[in-house]
Amino acid sequence: MQMTVKDLKQQALQSRKLILEMLTEAKSGHPGGSLSAIDIITALFFNEMKVDPKNSMWTDRDRFILSKGHGVPALYATLAYRGYYDPKETLTLRQLGSPFQGHPDRVRMPVLEASTGSLGQGVSVAQGIAMAFRLDNKSSRVYCLMGDGEVQEGQAWECFMSAGNYKLSNLCVFLDINKYQIDGSTKDVMDIEPLKQKIESFKWNVLEINGHNMDEILGALKKAREEKNKPTMILAHTIKGKGVSFMENVNKWHGVAPNKEELQKALQELKIVDQ
Amino acid sequence: MGNATRVSFGQALVELGREHKNVVVLDADLSKSTKSESFGKEFPERFFQMGIQEANMIGVAAGMAFAGKIPFLCSFGAFLTGRFDTIRVTVGYAQANVRLVGTHAGVGIGDDGCSQMALEDLACLRTLPQFAVLQPADDVETKHMMKYLVKHQGPAYIRLTRQNVIDVNKSDYKFEFGKGVKLKDGKDAAIFATGALTGNALEAAKKLEAEGFSIAVVNIHTIKPIDRDIINEYSKKVPVIFSAEDHNVIGGLGGAIAETMAEVAGKSRLVRIGVQDVYGESGLPEDLYKKHGLDIEGITKTVKSALR
Repeated sequence: MQMTVKDLKQQALQSRKLILEMLTEAKSGHPGGSLSAIDIITALFFNEMKVDPKNSMWTDRDRFILSKGHGVPALYATLAYRGYYDPKETLTLRQLGSPFQGHPDRVRMPVLEASTGSLGQGVSVAQGIAMAFRLDNKSSRVYCLMGDGEVQEGQAWECFMSAGNYKLSNLCVFLDINKYQIDGSTKDVMDIEPLKQKIESFKWNVLEINGHNMDEILGALKKAREEKNKPTMILAHTIKGKGVSFMENVNKWHGVAPNKEELQKALQELKIVDQ
Repeated sequence: MGNATRVSFGQALVELGREHKNVVVLDADLSKSTKSESFGKEFPERFFQMGIQEANMIGVAAGMAFAGKIPFLCSFGAFLTGRFDTIRVTVGYAQANVRLVGTHAGVGIGDDGCSQMALEDLACLRTLPQFAVLQPADDVETKHMMKYLVKHQGPAYIRLTRQNVIDVNKSDYKFEFGKGVKLKDGKDAAIFATGALTGNALEAAKKLEAEGFSIAVVNIHTIKPIDRDIINEYSKKVPVIFSAEDHNVIGGLGGAIAETMAEVAGKSRLVRIGVQDVYGESGLPEDLYKKHGLDIEGITKTVKSALR
């Protein structure tokens, strides 16, 4: 599937609404980091990746691993509109017995590819799949999305070092740089900059984009595909809570769900953008 | 003395590599010690040197398993257990078909000392749901266990010795997952042993036989899921059951047997032979086995004093 930029923007808007609805229904979850990541995940599933919702475990599919597991409402919404299940089902998010767990669970929902939520781990799984594809001479690609705070984890750097040395050009990692983590700004909690130099020195192809601009996301994905010698890291500058004015860059929305009133206010804003 | 189980493992791995093209091996800069090196020589394209990065190696192996490979990842058991959260979430919770191979079990490694000794690995990994925890007693058992592990579904941990062990099984041995192996029957007591301690327990029982004691010896190669039937059987038959392992007495084989016996209306009590909740230290393996009562003499003495 290759949606146009116009349609991708529209799709991301629709997914934003569903993210907020499922979080309100669940009364808990992470809106800020879901809204910062949704444009990237939309571009991947509606334009870039070879996947087949009707044959979801097709062995030659491209893989997507959400290493920042708390952003999973964005993935649930995307998979719903991509045709993996009815969007209504996502409203069982975080309820007892629901496959829509608070963080990704591949046993309950195999299409999630990995179980994540303990940060720094998903990217290693992505590396392993990329290495297996290379061993089998498969052309399938592996995508991964990490949070910026997540790279404070040591395992992330083990993986960056390893994937760089293995020259895994079939691996493309997005870093959703929304500049905040639970306890405050990444700058205050544990500064991760300068990221570009750090990751380049680990033998990666590093690109830098606005993570809400579809043209830039697609352009970076094309460049990543053309890279034949290195894994690609796309440093995507984003806004936490993007699309809802009262959530944007307000870090209390890291892990608090909107109430019904706040949801209506947010949906109203998104509706105006829609028109 | 027979082979160290890590040596048997290394040989079995090459055999499996010839037979099964989807077997891959990962090591974190210890391939000479874990004995995965020979697989790497014969199948360089399927051997992955991961550097000193156990956590990433565990995650990479899970990814390979999700892509249809059967990964055996190797390091010292102590270092693998140290990455418990990665094992828990990436492998256990996700039910990745990964085989974690932890060598250098217990105080039996000797001079390198405590930081290199896996003494809590069985306890840690036994707490993970649907995680198989295995420890072979000798060469034959290691090789049969390895054949089984290619077919096993779900995560598994295999614990191996650095030092040579006494062979206890015959060449017609058949491995049955989750089933204890009766090496010798007896009426006065039963020793449930695992790993390096199995041979020592069997020799101790033979010595005790000559002194008039009738001691059963059961080899427990599958610590999880534990063979409840055989524990139930002996707890109704003998007054004292002994567990014997080169591991902390808390949470390993001794722990698993205690949990089972507590739920059975048997008549026996339990004496746990093992490392008595202390850290390891440097020394010759035989001196350490003597100090902790894990050698033939130590086991003989413990059994006798409990039966008196």
